[in-house]
Amino acid sequence: MARVEFKNVTKRFGGTRALKDLTLTVEDGEFFVLLGRTGAGKTTALRSIAGLEKPEEGSVLIDGVDVGDWTAAERDVALVLQQYSLYPRLTVRGNLEFPLRPKGRRMSEDEIARRVERAANTLQITHLLDRKVERLSGGEMQRVSIGRAIVREPRVFLMDEPLSALDAKLRESLRVELKALHHELGATFLFVTHDQVEAMSMGDKIGVLRSGRLVQVGTPSDIYERPANTFVARSVGSPPMNLIEGTLSGSAANLNGISLPVAIGMAGGAGPLTFGVRPEAMVLEQGAPGEARVFDIEDQGVIKILSLDFGETRLHATVPAGTHVKRDEIVRFGWKPEKVLTFDRNTGRNLAFA
Amino acid sequence: MAEVKTTREVVMNRAAIAAVFVALIVMLTPIYWIASTAFKPRSLATTAPPTVFFEPTLTPFAKLFVRRSQMREPVDQETYDAAPWWEQLIYDDGESVVRNRRSGEITPSGYWDRYKNSLIISIISTFLAVSMGTLTAYGFSRFKVKGENDWLFFILSTRMLPPVVVAIPMFLMYRAVGLHDTHLGLIILYTAFNLSFSVWIMKGFIDEIPREYEEAALVDGYTRLQAFIKIVLPEALTGIAATAVFCFIIAWNEYAFALMMTNRNAQTAPPYIPSQVGSGLPDWSVIAAGAFLFLLPVAIFTFLLRNHLLRGMSFGAIRK
Repeated sequence: MARVEFKNVTKRFGGTRALKDLTLTVEDGEFFVLLGRTGAGKTTALRSIAGLEKPEEGSVLIDGVDVGDWTAAERDVALVLQQYSLYPRLTVRGNLEFPLRPKGRRMSEDEIARRVERAANTLQITHLLDRKVERLSGGEMQRVSIGRAIVREPRVFLMDEPLSALDAKLRESLRVELKALHHELGATFLFVTHDQVEAMSMGDKIGVLRSGRLVQVGTPSDIYERPANTFVARSVGSPPMNLIEGTLSGSAANLNGISLPVAIGMAGGAGPLTFGVRPEAMVLEQGAPGEARVFDIEDQGVIKILSLDFGETRLHATVPAGTHVKRDEIVRFGWKPEKVLTFDRNTGRNLAFA
Repeated sequence: MAEVKTTREVVMNRAAIAAVFVALIVMLTPIYWIASTAFKPRSLATTAPPTVFFEPTLTPFAKLFVRRSQMREPVDQETYDAAPWWEQLIYDDGESVVRNRRSGEITPSGYWDRYKNSLIISIISTFLAVSMGTLTAYGFSRFKVKGENDWLFFILSTRMLPPVVVAIPMFLMYRAVGLHDTHLGLIILYTAFNLSFSVWIMKGFIDEIPREYEEAALVDGYTRLQAFIKIVLPEALTGIAATAVFCFIIAWNEYAFALMMTNRNAQTAPPYIPSQVGSGLPDWSVIAAGAFLFLLPVAIFTFLLRNHLLRGMSFGAIRK
């Protein structure tokens, strides 16, 4: 168990900077999710902790100790990857034993057997122990690679999109298992993903990365309710937050000719703004000020997700499943004023954070 | 379900089999020729048209390994009966084994020594070229090397020059440093020939091995070298086998430099075998016997590694 810190870490690959002045703390025992798109630098961050990349500037600390000069082996972290994470030519048992057998570790055979047994039990892969790795399904492979991480009882678990290659059902069940595992081990987990659902459902804390920069760190509800800027607002939530351009006058938002109420004391000022509102904070009712055309209806059983064309802007609204609407129907909409956020239209910054 | 084939498919199939058959005949005839000549008595080796059916004899092999001389008159019966079977075969051909005047021991021909030289030089140079090549390829594949492409091109460019062009300067240099007619000299030469080839082929194979495997091992507490030995080498085995066969064949068959750089001590079999043509009437069946034995190591080596080779020849076939 350990606390992991990045201090002003910058990493370059040729001309591009994969990490730009990254400062971040993952507390001991935390399940921290780094969320970002492909190329945002999340994998580089993970590899810098593992010792597989050497940052040009800044330092990486584990438990307060700068590990910059430590080899990957000395750092005592475990890494679970999306693919290629198991050693071919070995059985499942061989793979689980592999991390316990380096010369430096000097572990007794009894201890190795005991740990393999326990990891296999935890992950319910005991029946697979003598199988060759090539003969495992994708889900089984990922289970084994998680097992390979836990046998060592490392200080930190690093996971690089371990669930991305799996199908949806399996992903969901492994998500739950991973959370349970984290709970049971109480170890520090650093989990990298591009999937906001994974991030929201698993993380104690989420760090949103964009082009090597940390945009926001917070609990899932922080990130969801109070995104630092429009990028984060669009990154989490499915469908994403609606962003509507407009201006503020007093306690009303002027959007493309219509006026919707906002909370009193709303940050904004006179300049051009972007209003942000989650689909579930949209209200469809007779006599509401907004007017939009229904573009698409997605029936998800419990709720319906409507795509609405409001002028040039495409909006999403979630409504109860019982709502009857048709394509191309003109509907009237409003919003819940207390749920509305304002962003600076030029910088995208959440004005409530000023 | 039974496989249904159209007439067209059947015809194509037969045509393909016929083509393979013709190709096989073209390729195997020289080998058959050498092998059959090696078992022919001297009198049948050069008949025209060639003798196809004959009683095979080991006389050429017996002659191959010892020094002989022509006999003016037939050997007396007593000596003949006392001689071992192989010596009798030589007597039968009207020749006698040359013996040391004082000790009476037979004097071996140069063949076995040359053969040993070939084995020593080829095996060691193959080992060196493949192991150095694998390590170099690993370095290029896994680390950022400054001017990587330039280095790789430089390595490749060493093969662009026909080796014979530098034969004379090499010869003079070897004489100057005392490497002329030494095993070490040829080993260095053949290793240098094969190294560029080995680096390039092995780089291809190692590039195919996902680096995630080693990185996982590094994180798991292994050193770079241990990860290389435990993870990379087993995965690269097919490539190593293919490269080793190629290097071995090149070293084993090399003629021009062996002819020039050696004369007695370190001479390999390729320049020796034809040199036997020169003395007196060429005894083609003895030469064929020498060539036949010379074919064996490559055939055996290739046969032993055939499983690896089949996979190794098709680049990129490593399972991802």
